[in-house]
Amino acid sequence: MATENAQALNVQTFTDNNFDETVLKSGAPVLVDFWAEWCGPCKRLGPTVDALANEYAGKITVGKLNVDENPTVSFKYNVRGIPTLLLFKGGQIVESVVGLASKEDLKALFDKHLGA
Amino acid sequence: MPDTRNVIIIGSGPAGLTAALYSARANLQPLVIEGVEAGGQLMLTTMVENWPGHRDGIMGPDLMTEMRAQAQKFGAEIINGNVTNVDAGSSPIVVKTSDAEYHTKSLIIATGASAKLLGLPSERKLMGHGVSTCATCDGYFFRGHEIAVVGGGDTAMEEAVFLTKFASKVTIVHRRETLRASKIMQDKARANAKIAWLLDSEIEEIKDTGKGEVTSMRVRNNKTGAKTDVPLTGVFVAIGHTPNTALFRGQLELDANGYIITHDGSKTNVAGVFACGDVQDHVYRQAITAAGSGCMAALDAERYLEHIPEHLQTV
Repeated sequence: MATENAQALNVQTFTDNNFDETVLKSGAPVLVDFWAEWCGPCKRLGPTVDALANEYAGKITVGKLNVDENPTVSFKYNVRGIPTLLLFKGGQIVESVVGLASKEDLKALFDKHLGA
Repeated sequence: MPDTRNVIIIGSGPAGLTAALYSARANLQPLVIEGVEAGGQLMLTTMVENWPGHRDGIMGPDLMTEMRAQAQKFGAEIINGNVTNVDAGSSPIVVKTSDAEYHTKSLIIATGASAKLLGLPSERKLMGHGVSTCATCDGYFFRGHEIAVVGGGDTAMEEAVFLTKFASKVTIVHRRETLRASKIMQDKARANAKIAWLLDSEIEEIKDTGKGEVTSMRVRNNKTGAKTDVPLTGVFVAIGHTPNTALFRGQLELDANGYIITHDGSKTNVAGVFACGDVQDHVYRQAITAAGSGCMAALDAERYLEHIPEHLQTV
């Protein structure tokens, strides 16, 4: 079974240090998956996020941020529950999903921001 | 047209995975569609101390990982999908997900139950920003904070005790004077110096949606009618569960609370459709009883497939 550690090909790792550069200044929309090792639901959401990263490669940047190791970003965006998915566009949060979500719901959100 | 399977299992908690294990070992090549809340409620727990055979306890998510691997070892196929539609009355039974359609001779429903919310408008807006239904997921964010747990059952007691590892103070808010929790769990909570009590009390509102974070709750005392604002940063809701049966409304017999009604073991009112676990049990609701009923559903499905009525035989 895939774990959050075994990063999928198109999934990036965001940190307190690279967040400005890789997320806020990104030209493409960026999905940030806030997670932690001790969070069961996060591990369940992981494969869905990995699959989306592959399906939207080149259109949306997808990555994970470990809240244990990166408290600054988690605190800045007031993340008080995980899993939390934040979609950034031009440095701003445009979507926020707390808890488990189905792939189809997330795809609908992505498509909305990619503009048909 | 897709091949017709012997059995499809919807849900992947203890009930669904035990049904998968038994039906895989009976050579029925089950397909498990695990659902958004894959692994079920045990994924939200920490140490499970009442699963027989683990005298020192086992972590809920670890137990589910083991169950999943065990079912797969015997040939169960498990897919990461969410069922969007079921036609239980057709022959074969039709199960749809967002990207596929499956046909099956028998169906085992193990969709479980999900956490209930208070129903306050502010609650949904503040979910993930101080309001939570998962202490093990979110307790970490409340180190040194004052928080509340709503509810009077075992889950509420367990969450409150767990949260004292992080929070400086945990107030249990319950609408009645007496708790529904078992004595052992009540005693654990009462013995904890970090736990305070607001009984006979209900939360009327959680603030502050404008700020996008929890800053206080307004609590009404049900006996006196007095209202108080309690400053805090987190509210954990543990007021019980509601069965995940929206897919089956109008097709299967449900009770007044939405639970599937089973008879003669795990049978529903539709031939070839079986139900197990919390989706049909609002009384026991334990991992072990869910697993036991999952085993029953697999055996019932196996027997049904052996004696499948002639007119329902589809190729």
